[in-house]
Amino acid sequence: MSSEVRMAQDAGVAMDTQCIRAALADAGTRQTPAICFVDVMKSFGERHVQDHQTFSVQAGELFAIIGPSGTGKSVTLKLIAGLLRPDAGEVRVLGKTLSELSSKELSQLRRRIGFLFQGGALLGWKTLAENVALPLQEHGRLTANEIEARVQAALAEVGLKDAGELYPAEVSGGMLKRAAFARAIIENPEILLFDEPTSGLDPVMAYTIDSLVRKINRAHHAACVVVTHDMAGALRYADRIAFLKDGRFLIVDTPEAIRQSDLPEIQSFLNPEQTEVSHV
Amino acid sequence: MTIVQEREGGVVATFFAALGRSVQLMMLALLGLPWVLLRRDSRQTFSRQLYTIGIGTLPVATVVAMFTGMILTLQLGIAFKQFSQEIMVAYTLSFAMLREMGPFMTGIILASCVGSAMAAQLGTMKINEEIAALEMMSIDPVRFLVAPRMWAILIMAPLLSFYTCIVAFLGGATVGFTQLDVPFLQFVAEIVTVAEVKDLYVGLLKAALFGAFICTISCSVGFATTHGAAGVGASTRRAVIYSFLAILAGGYFVTRFFYVF
Repeated sequence: MSSEVRMAQDAGVAMDTQCIRAALADAGTRQTPAICFVDVMKSFGERHVQDHQTFSVQAGELFAIIGPSGTGKSVTLKLIAGLLRPDAGEVRVLGKTLSELSSKELSQLRRRIGFLFQGGALLGWKTLAENVALPLQEHGRLTANEIEARVQAALAEVGLKDAGELYPAEVSGGMLKRAAFARAIIENPEILLFDEPTSGLDPVMAYTIDSLVRKINRAHHAACVVVTHDMAGALRYADRIAFLKDGRFLIVDTPEAIRQSDLPEIQSFLNPEQTEVSHV
Repeated sequence: MTIVQEREGGVVATFFAALGRSVQLMMLALLGLPWVLLRRDSRQTFSRQLYTIGIGTLPVATVVAMFTGMILTLQLGIAFKQFSQEIMVAYTLSFAMLREMGPFMTGIILASCVGSAMAAQLGTMKINEEIAALEMMSIDPVRFLVAPRMWAILIMAPLLSFYTCIVAFLGGATVGFTQLDVPFLQFVAEIVTVAEVKDLYVGLLKAALFGAFICTISCSVGFATTHGAAGVGASTRRAVIYSFLAILAGGYFVTRFFYVF
């Protein structure tokens, strides 16, 4: 047994050997994965969106998933969040196997996970500040003043200090995403999931959001999984990038290695102007 | 509530699965009363729903009830006039409205105005991933969204039903006075005389039951929405149709339970 495996077990992390192997196989010297997929299968009818998928993401790592539309990138995030259940295989999050958790346990685990949905998913009848405050209010551990302070700090962190009283319908797409970002980080989650955080944004706002992802990842030491089409952004901020096609990762590697990959699918994302449509 | 992937199955299995989910949702919503009363957010939603269901439907309910009372009185009056029994119109109207038409009309109005809105709102929230976002914040969507609606409709439906009956009686009395030569006060006095307490409470119970059906069906259908804007439209239509069917079937069984056995 390797030293990494012993360390993981010594740390009291409940992982099976398969999961540890998956973590070691894909992350080199790291241990204790925050997220671990072991042979996960997921299909919608005849379409396989997760085909014997095995990978892991470490605490503090920024893991980007890239791939053509409709290949199951968002499904990966929903499997991690327990919003979908795999048809086969195991999804382990923060040492817990999701399929073994009761609804209550899953609900408790989710409080350690932040999720930035593609459209923001803010409640339209609440202001941005009320949306950000919602998880804290619902869990009822803090006083109103403490909640207010936390909300203002989170809004300031995403550059929305003076926009808290606006409603989602009154703000731009970029502000909406940043407010949703603030809501996702308000409880200092150990895992952050981002579904297309820069889609539909202008390049400047996309860069701002990318920078925020990196900043939050560093500041909170959270395991971050970013689903994106934006290869340039992923190359800039990710620790590792995975390219998903037909339910499987074609490659999982560092940005440097991805840049040098000669896989046609990767090349099509790196140099879209030279790409034949059949590769995408 | 966990989002569980739909399993394939036959029509009967799908129907019973949907029925089971709806009953579960109704029970969870009813058990959510402490949250409705104690949580500020839920109280606000509850107040908004009380207003929407009660005050928001009042103009429609007034017009529908007024004309229903007038039409019933006119039709019955034509028949009873042949036997010089015009006053019997008040007797019949009292029975019809308190026992059946009051709660039925209230149910139809609520299904059309409120149930469709509930299905559309929750359906849109589902499509926009707001329901999933609530789950990710460890907020139970049933407790947060359905419970305030359920308790608001349970309170407002009987009140609205009672109001509908009163307006229909006034409409009937007006037609009785102008078309059938029955004095207004005599018409009203006859209604009050023949009305039984049992008719009133069975009618109010029916209205509350219809409200619970409408809320349960509309929210269930809303939560099950898929396929974007078209899916929201389909959910809205389904919510109204299923609610109508539930109102009709529920009305029959309640009547049978209280007046036949």
